[in-house]
Amino acid sequence: MKNLLLVSLFLLFSVAAFSQEESKALFSLPSVNVKNVSGEPFNTKDISNDGKPIILTFWATWCKPCMKEHDAINEVYEEWVEETGVKLYAVSIDNARSSKRVLPTVNGKGWEFDVLLDPNGDLKRAMNVNIPPHTFIVNGNGEVVWQHVGYLEGDEMEYIEIVEKVIAGEKLD
Amino acid sequence: MISVASWSQNFLEGGRVNGNVQMDAQYYSEDDKLGITDSTLNFRKFGMNAFGNVNYTNGDFSAGLRFESYLNPMLGFDDRFEGVGIPYWFAKYKVGTLEMTAGHFYEQFGSGLILRGWEEWTLGYDNNFYGFNAHFSPVKGVMLKGLVGNQRYFWEPYEAGNRGIVRGIDGDFYLNDMFGSMAESKTKISIGGSFVSKYEKTQNSPTYTVDSSYSVLDTISGEPIEMINQKTYQLVYPNNVGSWAARANIANGGFNFYVEYAEKGNDPNESNNYIYKKGQAIYSTLSYSQKGLGIFLSTKWIDNMGFKSKLSESGNPSMLDINYLPAISKEHPYSLATVYPYATKPNGEFGFQGQIIYTIPKKSTLGGKYGTTITLNYSSAQSIQKDTIISPITGTMTGSDGYETNFFSIGDILFYQDVNLLIEKKFSTKVKAKIAYYNQTYNKNVVEEDIFDEHHIVYANIGVVDLTYKFDRRNSLRMELQGLWTKEDKGDWAALLLEYNVSPKWFFSVQDEFNYGNPVGDDQIHYYNVSFGYNQKSNRISLRYGRQREGLLCVGGVCRYVPASTGLTLTITSSF
Repeated sequence: MKNLLLVSLFLLFSVAAFSQEESKALFSLPSVNVKNVSGEPFNTKDISNDGKPIILTFWATWCKPCMKEHDAINEVYEEWVEETGVKLYAVSIDNARSSKRVLPTVNGKGWEFDVLLDPNGDLKRAMNVNIPPHTFIVNGNGEVVWQHVGYLEGDEMEYIEIVEKVIAGEKLD
Repeated sequence: MISVASWSQNFLEGGRVNGNVQMDAQYYSEDDKLGITDSTLNFRKFGMNAFGNVNYTNGDFSAGLRFESYLNPMLGFDDRFEGVGIPYWFAKYKVGTLEMTAGHFYEQFGSGLILRGWEEWTLGYDNNFYGFNAHFSPVKGVMLKGLVGNQRYFWEPYEAGNRGIVRGIDGDFYLNDMFGSMAESKTKISIGGSFVSKYEKTQNSPTYTVDSSYSVLDTISGEPIEMINQKTYQLVYPNNVGSWAARANIANGGFNFYVEYAEKGNDPNESNNYIYKKGQAIYSTLSYSQKGLGIFLSTKWIDNMGFKSKLSESGNPSMLDINYLPAISKEHPYSLATVYPYATKPNGEFGFQGQIIYTIPKKSTLGGKYGTTITLNYSSAQSIQKDTIISPITGTMTGSDGYETNFFSIGDILFYQDVNLLIEKKFSTKVKAKIAYYNQTYNKNVVEEDIFDEHHIVYANIGVVDLTYKFDRRNSLRMELQGLWTKEDKGDWAALLLEYNVSPKWFFSVQDEFNYGNPVGDDQIHYYNVSFGYNQKSNRISLRYGRQREGLLCVGGVCRYVPASTGLTLTITSSF
């Protein structure tokens, strides 16, 4: 009975929320306490890029396609930033076992982008990430407009195309 | 009524709903080679694990739930998961710097040595807390947390006495934020501490009868008479078990040092043989990094730190864990490197890990046009020294302190060791390669059977070549060639994987793991798999047909046994 009540409450919420949805935004970036790569507290509402788009990726040091994705992006990241002003945040979901290995890994790999730590999966849950890699594109208003699960060789080109469309105000399909 | 409607109008305005769904379904076939018949499958030809999350967010308010169904649980998942329901729901709001959660929640204090609630779908692991949780930041640089709750146990609802109640408080203090005088300092220091206690209405504890004899002289005959003095002892289980931890993190330039120490009060329980010794743990990491170089060292020492919210709970799958003791070894992404995985032994373990990552710069002789990355990693886990104490009452360790040990003592029994090297190099815009080598020493008795000796040690060498060839922007082919060589256990393995990707939508792969060196001829089996996947935005559908090899599936140092199976697996994941 209690569960039934909850479910119906959610149905109500979802109907209300969907009917109001006019923009193409999927949802706003949630406000969740995570850590920056040095272990200092960081709230995800502080993720910003002066009104320009943001790419948010979920990854882990043990996730092979994630490492490939970041290596591939890192090669073109400088150009991306110059051309579009995009900023990438890579959110590590490594837990206590490997989260302290993130900083030396990022530096050792020479990755240029911002890295956040989500060791207990709070942001992962808030953004409904099942398995890494999971990539989001966030518009200048902090709204998620596109997402993609998994990484296949060459997918990074798709990301920058979407970013360019967001900047141009084009419709995403 | 009108006011309710307008309130709900305001409340709903700007609200967003999002969620995700995952469904894993398996159809099992009989397989003579693997000895799988309908009766070994218990006539369950089909298994399905699925969940769906729905979250509602409106400003500082959010609520959500997770619906789960296991009809039937897939092979390798506990039968007690069979069922459908909502094991997780919550409502959370934030006013100022206070955030309250009612319902179910996941929480971690420090690195989790005394408290961590988490879930991992692929493992079937979920120890969420059900109760109240508060986070409060009274001033900048201070984060306080408090919680009270009981923990998930399959589908069994909480009732007084069927498991314990967990209470905990935790504080993080970032000194550079708290004190103006330190704001500009290059040295960043944070300290923290936590206290966690479990209340459990203890069940009937066992009794032990000890006889002692003595003689008296018969007052009439003057002859000695043998008398027996019988004493009955009962173990007293504590109703409350406390634990505490303290931690510090110091960072300066490229250096980062972290240490956490934890202690647990006497906690006789099923997994420590009901001994009364206190538990102790220390976990520490030191890293130095600069662009192109990362060095990482980590060590841990734990003794009697299993901590569950029910003292009689033990075994597989691991349930009702209050704390989390991270395994010290590195997780490996190649399948043959995970044939011999490691998970923490909570009753006593010393572990060490070291890693160096170095990227040889672009356009140098060794680095080539694109640079070359080299990762060298070493990890080992071994026993701690224990001098056993036998209780005169029970005749075993039970009821005594169990054993004596010195803090940070290192024992003689090797549990696990892994030396591995990974070289990553891009040759051109079309060709990338990774080469990996692993040398693993695996104490099978310790890891799999909890028998602490060195009578069954597996020495394995593993080599991997991983090549990617990119035809054009969308099409690429990846090949993985792996070999595992060992004289022990199931002998040598070889594996080949071919994967064709069409970015961003399609992938096809064929894979075979062949246990060609198995000393039992009939067990020289091909574990073949054919799979196909399709991505569309945040939907991912994959279909796989083939054989699953028996083994331990480990995520984050917790392992689940997966039996061998043959069949078709469909996985759908989707987010909205």
